[in-house]
This record gives sequence, C-alpha cells and structure tokens, in this order.
Amino acid sequence: MASARQFDEVLLDVENVSLAFGGVRALENVSFDVCKGEIRAIIGPNGAGKSSMLNVVNGFYHPQDGVITYKGKTRKQMHTHEAAAQGIARTFQNIALFKGMSTLDNIMTGRNLKMRTNFLLQAFYLGPARREEMEHRRAAERVIDFLEIQAIRKTPVGQLPYGLQKRVELGRALAAEPELLLLDEPMAGMNTEEKEDMCRFVLDVNEQFGTTIVLIEHDMGVVMDISDRVVVLDYGRKIADGMPDEVRTKPEVIDAYLGVAH
Amino acid sequence: MSDLQVSAVTDSATSDTLDTFPKLLLERAKRGSARPAIREKDYGIWQTWAWGQVAQEVRALACGLAAKGFARGDKLAIIGDNRPRLYWSMCAAQCLGGVPVPMYQDAVAAELRYVLEHAEARFAIAEDQEQVDKLLEIRDNYPKLEVIIYDDRRGLRNYTQEYLYDFEDIQQLGRDFDAKDPGFFLDQVNTGRGGDVSVILYTSGTTGSPKGVVLTHDNVVVSARNGIKFDGLHQDDEVLAYLPMAWVGDHVYSYGESYVGGFCVSCPESSATVLTDLREIGPTYFFAPPRIYENILTTVMIRMEDAGWLKRKMFDYFMSVARDVGGKILDRKSVMLHKRILYWIGNVLVYGPLRNTLGFSRIRIAYTAGEAIGPDIFDFYRSLGINVKQLYGQTEAAVFVTMQPDGQVKPDTVGTPAPEVEIKITDDGEVMYRSPGVFQEYYKNSEATAATKTPDGWVHTGDAGFFDEDGHLKIIDRAKDVGKLNDGSIFAPKYIENKLKFFPYIKEAVTFGHGSDYVTAFINIDLEAVGNWAERRNIAYGSYQELAQRQEVYELLQSCVEQVNRDLARDVHLASSQVKRFLVLHKELDADDGELTRTRKVRRSFVADKYGKLVDALYSDESHCNIETEVTFEDGRKGSVSADVEIRDVARGQAAAAAN
Repeated sequence: MASARQFDEVLLDVENVSLAFGGVRALENVSFDVCKGEIRAIIGPNGAGKSSMLNVVNGFYHPQDGVITYKGKTRKQMHTHEAAAQGIARTFQNIALFKGMSTLDNIMTGRNLKMRTNFLLQAFYLGPARREEMEHRRAAERVIDFLEIQAIRKTPVGQLPYGLQKRVELGRALAAEPELLLLDEPMAGMNTEEKEDMCRFVLDVNEQFGTTIVLIEHDMGVVMDISDRVVVLDYGRKIADGMPDEVRTKPEVIDAYLGVAH
Repeated sequence: MSDLQVSAVTDSATSDTLDTFPKLLLERAKRGSARPAIREKDYGIWQTWAWGQVAQEVRALACGLAAKGFARGDKLAIIGDNRPRLYWSMCAAQCLGGVPVPMYQDAVAAELRYVLEHAEARFAIAEDQEQVDKLLEIRDNYPKLEVIIYDDRRGLRNYTQEYLYDFEDIQQLGRDFDAKDPGFFLDQVNTGRGGDVSVILYTSGTTGSPKGVVLTHDNVVVSARNGIKFDGLHQDDEVLAYLPMAWVGDHVYSYGESYVGGFCVSCPESSATVLTDLREIGPTYFFAPPRIYENILTTVMIRMEDAGWLKRKMFDYFMSVARDVGGKILDRKSVMLHKRILYWIGNVLVYGPLRNTLGFSRIRIAYTAGEAIGPDIFDFYRSLGINVKQLYGQTEAAVFVTMQPDGQVKPDTVGTPAPEVEIKITDDGEVMYRSPGVFQEYYKNSEATAATKTPDGWVHTGDAGFFDEDGHLKIIDRAKDVGKLNDGSIFAPKYIENKLKFFPYIKEAVTFGHGSDYVTAFINIDLEAVGNWAERRNIAYGSYQELAQRQEVYELLQSCVEQVNRDLARDVHLASSQVKRFLVLHKELDADDGELTRTRKVRRSFVADKYGKLVDALYSDESHCNIETEVTFEDGRKGSVSADVEIRDVARGQAAAAAN
C-alpha cells in the first residue's frame, strides 16, 4: 500500500506460541497481532513455519505453549469448529475442493455453518428449508458475481484450470462471510495475469467487505504491493515484523532469503 | 370491437406522431406497460423490466442528465457490454434531444479518445471500473469531458473524482428534478422530431480514422419498421443482445426494432456466458456475423469427434440425410415421402437435440451479415431446419440494403433489395443504393460525405457486385480491392480469402496479387481446430507460433490451398488467381496491433506494410524468411516476437478438371 493505513483495534493476538512435532520445533515463541481490517502477510523461506502458523490460528494444530486472543477472548488453543463458527475461513496451499461437484455446489458448502433448519425439514424441502436454501443460493450468487465466475457456475471443479480452481476456493471461503480470512499461498503457481487478477480480488474483498486478511505468499512483489504489515518467519522464529518497506531492508530478512555464510 | 380499437390506435399513432424513440417508448408504456421489454441475467437469475418500468427508469435518468446540464444537441458517449442501463441511457439522451454515441467496449483508450474528442462529448456513461479507468485516462488530456456516470460501482469505492457519478445517484437527482418540474420531461420528448439526429455510430473503418455516421430517428425507425414487416416480427419474439452496442446491427435489432416492434431483448450475464444464455433464452430471432456460426459449428464438430461411436454413426448418417433434403424441406420444396420420414426420424434423434443444445430450438429467423459465410456452414444450419438467411447492409443504410426472402435462399448471394431500397450497379461494377434509411452525413467530415453520398441520395457501397438471373445481388469484393494481375486477369482477393477461410483450420487469410505475376497468401491457423487436429495425431506443440510452423500443419494447409486452386481453376475468369505460394503467419492477426478492425476485418494494406519483408519473400525464390514483429498486449504494453517463417509452393489446379 502506497499510503500507510491506520488500524488500532486488534482482532487476533498470538503470544509466545510454540509448536513442536516430536523433536522438530515448527514454531518457537512467535508473537504477532492482526488488526481489524488490515492485510497482514506472513513470509519466510520454505519450512519456516508459515503454514503451521495458519494451522494454529484456525485450530488445526494445537500449540504446546502460548496463548491466542481472538475477538477479545484469550485461550490456550483454537478448535477448528470454534474458529469456523467465530468467522475464520481459509484456503489451502494445495487446493482442497470437491472435484466432482460444480463450482456453485462447492461455494454452497461454504454456507454449511450458516444453515439453521434441521435435517428433517431439509429432507422434505419444507417451507423454512426452502426459504433458507434460497437465501444461501443468493449469497453464493453474490460471491460468483464478485469473483466473475458466472461462466463456470455449473462446471465440475475438477475440469477447471488451476487458476480458476484457486478462485473457486477463495469463493468458498468468502461464502462463509468470514471476519478473518486466511489465505495459504493464494497465488502459488499462477502466471502474472492470474496473479494480478487474484491481487485485485484480495484487495476488493478487503475494501468492500472490510474482511481482515492474513496471507502467506512467496512473491515479494505481491506482498510488498498489497499488504499493510508483514511478519517474517525463519526456522520457526520471528525475525522481523513491520511495514513492507521496513522489513525489506532488514539484514536478517535478506540473509534468510539469500542465505548467509556461517 | 377490439379490432376497431386496435386500428384506431395504429391509425392515430403511426409514423406521423410516433416518429422518435422516446415517443415510441412512452406509447409502449401506455399500451402494454406490463409486457417484458428487457431482461438481464444477474446473480444467476433473469431479471425482467416491463415497458412501464423502462419508461420510468429512462425518465429518471433523462431528468438526472438534465439536472447535470445535458442540453439539446449534447452527445452522450456510451461504453460497455450490452446492459439494460446502457440501452436506457441511449433513450434518455434522445428524450432530451441529445445524441447517444455508443463506443466499442474493447477499444483501447487512444481509440476512445479520438471518438470522444471528435464527437465533442461532454457526458459519458460507462459500464464498470475497466471502462471508467479508460475514460479517466482520456480526461487527463480532454478536460471537456464533464460528467462520467458508471453503472457497476464495484471497485470504484475509493475513486474520489467529483465528476464521477453513480447511475443510481443520477437517477435520484432526476426524480427530485422531475418532482420540482413535472412538465419538463414530456415537453422535451414532444419537442423531438423524426428529423432530429438520433444516434452517431462510429464505423471501425478499414482505413484511416473512424467516421461518425449520423442517423436520424426517421432513418432508424423506418428501417426497423421495414425489417419487422419483411420478416413478420411481433411482440412475442425473443432476441439476445450480445453484439457490440456500437455496431449498427445491434442498434437496429436490439434497440430500434425492439422499440418499434415491442419485443423483449435479453442481455447475457457476461461475454463468457453467451452460449449458455443463448440456450436459456432460446431466441426466435437471431443475428450473428459468420464467425459466430463458424465457432458454434467448430465446437459441435470437435465434440462429435470425441463422442462415442454410436452417436458418431447416428450423427454422420442423419447429417447426410439432412444435407440431402433438409434445405429443401425448409424452403417448402417437394421431397419424396420416404426421405421426409427419414428426416422426421432424424429430427427426433439428432437435429432436435442438437438445436436444443445450441439454443436454436425456437429460432424462426436467423441472419448472418458483415462477411460472406461459407457455403458448408450455411447449409449445415439450414439443413438442421434453422432458417439462416443472409442480408447485406451498411451502417450508412441503417443496416438493410438487400435481404433474402423466406424460401429464396442461396448461399452465394445476399438476396433481393430490402423494402423501399433502390439499387443500381455502376459501370465499374460498384453497387449503389438509395433508401429512407440512408444516413445524413459523416459527422464533421463533409469531404467524406461528398465522396460517399451523391446529392440525390445515392450511396456508394464501395463493394463490387452484380445481380444474378433471379434478381439476387452477389457481392464479390470491395470495389477498390479488386485488382489486376500482370497478365490482365481480374484479382478479387476477398473472394479467394473467403474460399480459404471456409476451411475450419484457417482462421484468417490475406492474399496478394495486384500488379504481380501470381497470387500469394498469408494464412492464420485456427488454434482451436488445428490444435485439436494436432492433439488427435499426437503432434506436440508448446505455443501458437510453434504449432503454426509444424511441418504437419503445413502439409494440412497445403492440401486446403490445393483444393481452393482446383475450385478456382474451374472458373474461367478466376483461373489465373490460383495461389502459387503461401506461408503460415507466426502470430495471430489482432485488432490491438491494428491488423484487424474492431469488427475483425483484415486491414489489408496495413498488413502488407507491416509484413513487407514476408511479402517480398513470397515473390522471391526463398523457402524461409526471418522476421521480427511488434505485438501489443491487452494492457497496452508492447513486446516483440521473432520467427523463422517457412514458405511453400503449391501445385496449380488443372483447368481440365472442369471436364468432371
């Protein structure tokens, strides 16, 4: 962002989180916060612990140490169902869509948590279930319109090119109307044009819906262009945190990315 | 009783009083306000506006424009895909005695700037952020652009320019204005006369800058009325509006005829969904340039080749039945009973389902125009029972010059003169016409007007042609493009190019020969068709350029060229026009590089200049030529590609073949 935006309300605060798998220390004492409405990037070399960090935030991994404060409530660890119910949605580094289902159906699954009517009503498609379905369909269509994927509404996702699948996955996350959106390498493997499109969509989501976004990304150009603040991880430790321009010039960051003689 | 009423309405309300589009709209709103006028697919659902609602929307917008200072004679530039609001803004401008100037939505900023400046537009209405960005870029150098209105606010939240307005805000402004001065709107509409300018359509022009064709309400209304009468259109017809709004065809079909005839127009969801939307709407009346028919046919053929053997056998068998009798049945000619029965079975098993898949189930009349259509393609649709006809038209004529009447359809002519059109052929073979649809002038270009339109109203088409024995017009080429070979024989490049382009593998062809000893050709492969062909033969390729230069592809195209040569050899006048040498271009001809017009016609002289080195090589003995070419990307940046292009010699067809 050319002009630094101001944020004060902290939405998510991660304090001294440590995570280990047996002897492997994936995260060591990592602390950072995410303010409401900002785009926060997590960067770092391969194996730095970026995806692990996201998995901790949405409750997929449970850290051994540290606390997570989300929306003012402090806890030792998140749980996946709790994270989803509290408005955290995510996309995955390796696309995790239902390949045999259409774009529309995949996006509708993102509405799952918002369905209120019970199984019986739904099975017989009675009044309330029908009204609810219409409402969810409307929400899904708004997402389809937003992401400009009308032409593939009925296409099975498995037949779509990679770039579009990524967009559908973003659509499914958006269908949940999240407050906090976690994007794990949304632009990985894309060509320049697809990346530009995706950046546009990420910025639009942030602007139009006011969604807070945490994203992991390797493309430095993208990170520097769209994020408000950047946190840098290396070997599970935080080595830098701040505005894109500050972070870029830090010697530790340059060393981590370019390698350094020990 | 009801008959009496109807005739009373039509008597008192025909041409004399309903002479402008705003008046027609108000009359529609009065008589059948609940009938659907326009549809748009939005959020996955077809949303419909009735004539009564359209009249209100237009009124609010017109008053809003007036509140912003839009006055009689002002131009309203319109840019975007086919959207109901953009059609309404045409009418809103006309309500105030202003002139809508629709522009091609895929034009780059520099092209738009020319039109805006030339038309001296103070107001512009744009579909979305993409178009607004272009207008803002233009406004930096053209501050006369005072008001920019946008339809879709997405992505525009942070745009703070004070001259940028939301469509709905302008309408709200208009409603307030209307409440204060309720008589204003009707006064303005009633001030309008049929002789007022109703629209300026900029032609893309194969040479030089675009020219603004000035049409009056009378021109468009009369043209629309004649078109409706000719084909018996009525208010239950369905039309899909998907061709550029800046094109005269769309203006007359989706706007003019809809207002005059009262039928409903549907706008597709996006340009990528046209084929799906076509199927959902099932239009009864359809207009498309030949390339759309070609694309649809290519898709069908590719899918058939991938289908199971039973389907393929059925398709092949019944298509041969259809080719035999389908056209005759459509033209109500006599056909043997057993063939009729076979065709009927084919209709149940193949043609009906196929028409349904294509969205052509309900088609009564389909037109093709703009370019010559391949006889194979034309016959394919007609044999399926789809009434595709050709018409010959021009922006300068408010479309109609000649049309094919039902039952008198031939693939190689463009039909008989349309109602109220007179046609004559000059001594040079050029076609001229005179009709009530003839344009007033080229805007601010009296020189060009004088060169095209004679004082007594005859218009030079610039096309060479003649009438055949049945009184049908046959167009062979642009009059100025018809040249001569060194041996004095006639050279009609378009005629040869069209023959080449009728092969599905050839997307575009450019031939040379005027003032030379022999004819040569540039060929552009059709990536989809050739790509599929290559795939089925396990021919690997990494890019368009690589595929285009494959030996196997050259062999394939050589056989196409040889076939054309054999055809040409049969015609005494054209036998010397056989293609002697050809090459396959390493890049696709593109409108962004100026090689095609926005309506995808080749700009021959520009191509000849740009690829001069290749043309020279065609007229030498070389078998290869190295060339570097500049390309323009969609965002306006430039790059270059270089390639080593092969040149092939082709065998000439034997004149003796005519004996067969």
